[in-house]
Amino acid sequence: MSNDVILDLMQIILLTLGTVVVMITAAFKRDHGLVNALTLVSLSAALLVFVFIAPVLPQQATILLMIDGYSLFFSTLIIIGALVVTTLAYPYFEKHNQQNEEFYILLMIGTLGAVILAASNHFVSFFLGMEILSISLYAMIAYPIHKQDAAKFPLEASVKYLILSGLSSASILFGVALLYAQSGTLSFDAIPAAVAALELDADPVFIVGLMMIMAGVAFKLSLVPFHIWTPDVYEGAPVPVTAFIATLSKAAMLAVSLRLIIAAKAFQFEQVTIVLSLLAAASMIVGNLLAVQQNNVKRILAYSSIAHLGYLLVVIITAAVLPDSLSVEAMTYYIAAYFLTSLAGFAVISALSNAGRELDDISDYQGLFWRNPWLAAVMTVVLLSLAGIPLTVGFIGKFYIFSVGVEGNLWFLLSLLIIGSGIGLYYYLRLVYAMLLSPADMLKPEADAAKASLPAGIHLVLASLTALILYLGVYPAPLIATLQSLASGF
Amino acid sequence: MILVWLMIILFVGGLGAWLAEGLGRGIPRVIALATILLDLLLVILMLAAPDLLGIGALSQASLGQQGDWLVLFSADWIPRFGISFIFGADGLSLLLIALTVFLGLIAIGSAWHEITERPGFFYFNLLWTLAGVIGVFTALDLFLFFFFWEVMLIPMYFIIAIWGHENKAYAAMKFFIFTQVSGLLMLLAIMVLVWFHYQASGFLSFSYFELLGTELPAGAAMWVMLGFFIAFATKLPAVPFHSWLPDAHSQAPTAGSVILAGVLLKTGAYGLIRFTVPLFPEVSMQFAPVAMTLGAVSILYTAKVAFAQNDLKRLIAYTSVSHMGFVLLGVYAWNAQAVQGAVMTMLAHGLSAAALFMLAGGIQHRIHTRDMDKMGGLWAVVPKMSFMALFFTVAAVGMPSLGNFVGEFLVLLGSFQVSITITAFAALGLIVAAVYSLIVIQKVFHGENRNTHEMADLSTIEMLCFSLMMIGLIWMGLYPQSMLDMAAPTLQSLNVAFP
Repeated sequence: MSNDVILDLMQIILLTLGTVVVMITAAFKRDHGLVNALTLVSLSAALLVFVFIAPVLPQQATILLMIDGYSLFFSTLIIIGALVVTTLAYPYFEKHNQQNEEFYILLMIGTLGAVILAASNHFVSFFLGMEILSISLYAMIAYPIHKQDAAKFPLEASVKYLILSGLSSASILFGVALLYAQSGTLSFDAIPAAVAALELDADPVFIVGLMMIMAGVAFKLSLVPFHIWTPDVYEGAPVPVTAFIATLSKAAMLAVSLRLIIAAKAFQFEQVTIVLSLLAAASMIVGNLLAVQQNNVKRILAYSSIAHLGYLLVVIITAAVLPDSLSVEAMTYYIAAYFLTSLAGFAVISALSNAGRELDDISDYQGLFWRNPWLAAVMTVVLLSLAGIPLTVGFIGKFYIFSVGVEGNLWFLLSLLIIGSGIGLYYYLRLVYAMLLSPADMLKPEADAAKASLPAGIHLVLASLTALILYLGVYPAPLIATLQSLASGF
Repeated sequence: MILVWLMIILFVGGLGAWLAEGLGRGIPRVIALATILLDLLLVILMLAAPDLLGIGALSQASLGQQGDWLVLFSADWIPRFGISFIFGADGLSLLLIALTVFLGLIAIGSAWHEITERPGFFYFNLLWTLAGVIGVFTALDLFLFFFFWEVMLIPMYFIIAIWGHENKAYAAMKFFIFTQVSGLLMLLAIMVLVWFHYQASGFLSFSYFELLGTELPAGAAMWVMLGFFIAFATKLPAVPFHSWLPDAHSQAPTAGSVILAGVLLKTGAYGLIRFTVPLFPEVSMQFAPVAMTLGAVSILYTAKVAFAQNDLKRLIAYTSVSHMGFVLLGVYAWNAQAVQGAVMTMLAHGLSAAALFMLAGGIQHRIHTRDMDKMGGLWAVVPKMSFMALFFTVAAVGMPSLGNFVGEFLVLLGSFQVSITITAFAALGLIVAAVYSLIVIQKVFHGENRNTHEMADLSTIEMLCFSLMMIGLIWMGLYPQSMLDMAAPTLQSLNVAFP
């Protein structure tokens, strides 16, 4: 293994090292604050490592991993997300739950899995990364399990996630096996050549394999009709873990799926386009319609994430007709927008909650504007960004979808997107309106207690995420330039 | 740059008013007043002494635009998509900016005593709405235009949702969803237009000047035009897209109604004149009979509905739709008289509707009802207010020598040359208008004061506001040429047929 490869893998190596350090520290000294701080330091080291040493890009680092601008973009997002989750977890668990140290080990391992996913262009690393991520998630979701009065139902959520996620992993694995049986390769890049050489373009076994992989991925991304687990897990998990599922695990899964679709030239099979279009249409409609009926903010965000992934699929489908680089650019922008926005949204919920009491009912937010203007303002920006209103990054994301959708002539999906956005406005505004109402008799003592003791870290997280959402919404040019250059690698 | 300053002053003033709330409840309104006066001063200077600001008529052929633009500003924004900041104002924009800032002043006057809860945030929203509207009237990049189109929406939503009346949640939500969804259709249409332009020219641009004259395939052109038309017709509003308006107007606080009726509706009309017809001249002319019919239907149908209302604000709201029907009619007749008439109607209706909403708001503030059946005989109680009500009602009906008459007369004169049938029906609107207006005067101010309402007459601030609007309407009625002359070069450059 050459030095270049070691250099490129530095981020992954640092994350692994960090995990070990955190584990050993937790074994010797049970100190929540210390372990939390060590996690933050390890993650920051992994985040900043490429500022100090220049990686050689792009490079196939070992047969399993591809380190390029694309993978680094996603790993940066993922590690930022992990930093935020770590910051949120401290006040959430501290004083409300015993023995919190192992949580950070799981968090580090999950992050490692996500980073591996983002860099994988081989089915083995795909599966390894996915399982590292999922298995740590099972435990993270169930983390407050021994707490008598846990705010939510961690066990139910965890078992649900375990069973369904295990099922989807099995489906992916079987699909990979079928693909391998027909094409004889596990590397994404080698698939098109194998398809051409062995004339697999109408091979039923190969197509069934593709479909099984797609179904498994759709499970992980919670696309309709594979979405049933999403609201329950979102609601049942502790808020910081919900943030982790909603952002990190989705972004990592999207990163590898897009790479697979493009590298394997999956769109030469027309079935892929048809199935993805159906998934997109169903997700946009069902996600939005069901979100309207929820009264729980976490569930609203769960259904809204289903709808947003439907929007995102519209972009992926355009890769069938447009140059890959344009679709990749649009998709990465939208993911970045959605990632930052949801992270900020869950940060607000987490700031209001702790392991003993979660404020996630819409009535808990009544009058928040007047009780705690700062948190309410952040939440409003988040909701407007999710709704795609100008001044926020969500708008530029939606603009991207429109622009590639028009170029790809996807009129039907675009009209569903407009309808979906209209319905979406309703439930986002409902929450905004609840926050604007007079608090009067609805004043919740817990909420005010939570506000008094917010640590500076959370304020920092909220402020920087909000600033990013607004900055990238008003002046997206720098991010667009970055994404354009990384997308040109495709 | 001066246009950008107009907006920056409002943005900064808004933030200042919000932050100053902590210093005292009376401070925000003073800051808001100072801000709007500063803007007004700039606008007056722009109109009266452009040389002083160094913005005399420039013909900047280098940018490739047509016509004379009084003020232009341009800078790159998102070069990836050919999006840039292009702000420009010609006669039409300047007239509407002047109306916006003037009504902003009136709105602050009407809120002066009415808004006591969270005044800082209120004035913040008010000033930001105005800034968004000025952005709409000056943006000459389609992306930028859409940006401001949506930006003016959010603060208005807050104004309705926080300071509105009993049914504010529903009204605010409806207002937002109608505008936003129709806005997304427009965004889609913009993207398609830009894409066809890209196909033809090889470079991406959202600039209005670049996109003018883009050739679209016949089938697509109609759809794209409809995208724009629906967005603007929703804002205008025209039947059948009007149903958000009565709710929004009746639930909004007085200052909100003033801005909605006086200014926000005009953005729809402005969009039709500036974008829809010039960008798609051929299909617009094919579509004109439909649009003119919609205009006539709006005039008659909503006048009839207005007649059936008991809620004073709802009634005035429906009359707004009815008057904006004249604007739609005039724009799609697309000849000199008709479009000039449409512009005059926009300006005059801005003042008269704002005044009427302010009166209705004033009554509601005093006796806590908008139900006309519970009013009556107010003339004896509040003579000054009653006089003002009579004046502005008569103005809205179209009394000669006042602004609305000039506008509606010109519209009918112009559209008569295009379609006699539609014009004949539209003209009936003038009669129905007289009927519903007299009902208001009769029910509210005449008759017997059954509930023996005691209320204070107009305060000095209110008298000042009404007098200013009165002077404006009389000026428009007696010397409309001063405004027509300003708008004429714009209309000529948009290829309106001038005799």
